[in-house]
Amino acid sequence: MISEATEFDPNNILTVKDLSVDFDVKGQSINILSKVNFGLKRGETVGIIGESGCGKSMTALALLRMVPSPPGKISNGEIFLNKKDIMSLSKREINRVRGREISMIFQEPMTALNPVYSIGNQLVETIQQHKPIDRASAMEEAIELLRSVQIPAPEKRISEYPYQLSGGMRQRIMIAMALVCNPQVLIADEPTTALDVTVQAQIFDLLKKIQNKNKTSIILITHDFGAVSEMADRVIVMYAGFKIEEGTLEEIRNSPIHPYTKGLLGSMLELKTDSAGFRERLPEIRGSVPDLLNRQAGCPFGPRCESATTRCLQMPPTFDLGDNRSVMCWLVENGEN
Amino acid sequence: MTDIKSKDQNPFFSLEEIDSEREVKWRETLRLFCANRPALFGFLFIIVFIFVGIFGSILVPADPFEMVAVPLTSPGVGTLFGSDYLGRDVFVGIVHGTKATMIIATTATLVTVFIGITVGALAGYYGGIIDNILMRITEFFQVLPPLVFAMVIVAVFSSDILVVILAIAVTTWTTEARLTRAEFLKIKEQDYVTASRAIGDRDRRIIARIILPNAMPPIIIAITLRVGITIIYEAALSFLGLTDPDIITWGKMIGQSRDYFFDAWWTVTFPGVAILLIVLCIALIGDGLNDALNPKLRGR
Repeated sequence: MISEATEFDPNNILTVKDLSVDFDVKGQSINILSKVNFGLKRGETVGIIGESGCGKSMTALALLRMVPSPPGKISNGEIFLNKKDIMSLSKREINRVRGREISMIFQEPMTALNPVYSIGNQLVETIQQHKPIDRASAMEEAIELLRSVQIPAPEKRISEYPYQLSGGMRQRIMIAMALVCNPQVLIADEPTTALDVTVQAQIFDLLKKIQNKNKTSIILITHDFGAVSEMADRVIVMYAGFKIEEGTLEEIRNSPIHPYTKGLLGSMLELKTDSAGFRERLPEIRGSVPDLLNRQAGCPFGPRCESATTRCLQMPPTFDLGDNRSVMCWLVENGEN
Repeated sequence: MTDIKSKDQNPFFSLEEIDSEREVKWRETLRLFCANRPALFGFLFIIVFIFVGIFGSILVPADPFEMVAVPLTSPGVGTLFGSDYLGRDVFVGIVHGTKATMIIATTATLVTVFIGITVGALAGYYGGIIDNILMRITEFFQVLPPLVFAMVIVAVFSSDILVVILAIAVTTWTTEARLTRAEFLKIKEQDYVTASRAIGDRDRRIIARIILPNAMPPIIIAITLRVGITIIYEAALSFLGLTDPDIITWGKMIGQSRDYFFDAWWTVTFPGVAILLIVLCIALIGDGLNDALNPKLRGR
């Protein structure tokens, strides 16, 4: 069955329909995102995974309507957040939605905090901007927020500047900033890429705690399948601006259908040795991401795909397998799964 | 203090964070500034100038326009720095001129910087057509020779002190505009700007509270240079006799006495030295601020 677009599910807090983003490069319009569909339920974590340049971060920016323009623009699609049509909001209204209903954590905690203000100052200003309270109570709230993201000695840290803090602490502060208004949707764009593994585990624990407490829905953007399996309930695999596969974490991990997903999982590092006690050679996906400026006809993954056939010279549609499971590959039609 | 308290704690070491007093940023900046001797010297000298500017007319109550000695008396007991071609005391003139010179310098600098920062910030932040329009206007002002332009303004309107200040500001703001624009172009791409947009900050707030403070260090240094340049412009306009006739400034003293330079060197030398000193001091302060605020130059 070929789906037109995901049905508008009333359970979804966020529904994205046919979202496309184009960039103008050298007078040529190139497709960064092509008709991406997905939904997000309350309290759910969806992991978006893919290589660099596959459109993960652009999806996140598009949800906030923050696609850098020029050269980019959202050329098509609908985004519904709490039944509100994000695309039709005025500039003023979208500013009210940002931070309150949907918020974002950035990749680089080292550069995502303003270096000239103390932590407390940044938090207090953000709080006061969204709530009509005086400075003293905003300060108390800021300390409480820092405590909730497990910053030790928040009373002391609050007067410090970003450069005095470690990467893990800055990322917690970023999370605290994003949580000021208890947003229902939190986009985490590679929140742990710049951090080491132990700190990564702490940050994920923290995000889960916050999710359980506030019923926050999280969109986790990453290129690390380990991070996805740690956090996500559902997984969306992206490639060259297309959503190529979607399913629950178990489905994607145990029975991937798209050759790209299989390749991604196959190239994961595992502590597995062969009979002689040597590590096997790590499989790889041949080639690299296609040049979006000179797209070839047919399946975007075609040139790198080991199971490609002549059929793949035609663009495969997204096959909806029901229950939010979908694959964009001709293999499904042939019934090979 | 940390929340971590393990039950079987090592008795010799505390898990608690050692509460060392970290150096606050502005204090560190102050320390670095004071470590720069020439800058400190410049700063102290400026304090003296400001003191003279405020209390000069009280400490030396004589009228600077009054003839107190034989014209062109050389420096001596009666007239410390000699007298000019009308017998006016040069020393009294310098003391009284301090106030006017400094007022014109600071206000003209403030207006210049205000115009420059506003234009540069809007152009840099919004980009596109706004940037294009504002930068073409900036270029228009840039290609006009500023001193000639200021002369025309003063000549057309009046030589009122306010007109002089505005004339200096209107003709020289382009440097600050270009500098601010460049800083904004650089900083608006930073993650923390995107982050503040993602939590719903409005443009006005992003410009004034997020980007501008980060753009300040080079602008502060440009401001200190601007003060010196403004004093020189005012002197140049006064030299050409294009300023308020009722107000005495150092530039005017030099301008009026220029014909007597070879007969009475003191009439132009002392006001000239005053201008030289103040501009030099401000340049030294700017240099010191640059060293103290620029993290790359710290600890040299």
